[in-house]
Amino acid sequence: MSIRILYFGRLREDMGIPGEMLEPPAQACDVKSLRAQLVARGGASAVALGSGKAVRVSVNQDLARDDTPVKAGDEIAFFPPVSGG
Amino acid sequence: MPVRVQQEDFDTGAEIAALRRADPGIGAIASFIGLVRDVNDGDAIAGMTLEHYPGMTEKALARIVTEAKQRWDIIDALVIHRVGELKPLDQIVLVVVAGAHRGAAFDACEFIMDYLKTRAPFWKKEQTAQGARWVEARASDDLAAERWSEPQAK
Repeated sequence: MSIRILYFGRLREDMGIPGEMLEPPAQACDVKSLRAQLVARGGASAVALGSGKAVRVSVNQDLARDDTPVKAGDEIAFFPPVSGG
Repeated sequence: MPVRVQQEDFDTGAEIAALRRADPGIGAIASFIGLVRDVNDGDAIAGMTLEHYPGMTEKALARIVTEAKQRWDIIDALVIHRVGELKPLDQIVLVVVAGAHRGAAFDACEFIMDYLKTRAPFWKKEQTAQGARWVEARASDDLAAERWSEPQAK
């Protein structure tokens, strides 16, 4: 089972796609290492998710932290700080 | 349902009446309505698009309402948040809290809005004369939410 990635707000525009499917990680993975893996691809991913950007992450629709585990079948979303209300 | 995310406008009077359900135990109703302004950060705003994360939005809002009910002695609460295209003067968000007394109702209403502002996955893109721009999160909203991080007395 793959990992489903979603992008919202400014990140969706910077990435140029609303989401993508990734092959599940070969070894134990968390939010921080997944983000690093995406940034390492370069291009839009490096710009949108680079360390200078304020990025929030959710795992299975719950706000997550850098050390939140990521596994096959999860839905991971990357987005800017929220601005509703 | 205590949480709704919708494109349509809402009727505050009808929503409050539905929440009250002629319950004589309710002695106080506190409500907040957020509206689209025509100016933000010094620029005229022609309109805005509200984007959200379907699924997570409802889950996040429901969790905030549940937490409010745990922390304050309130009877019921409602959150309606609109998404899609909105113009100045439009209503964006409605929070209504019903309780026996005003203190808990006021506090729970403010808590729900402060947490919504910092935890519910909504993003605004506003249209200005210079083009469209994403609205940045405000540090003042984080500070407002932090007020509630210590457990409050009922």
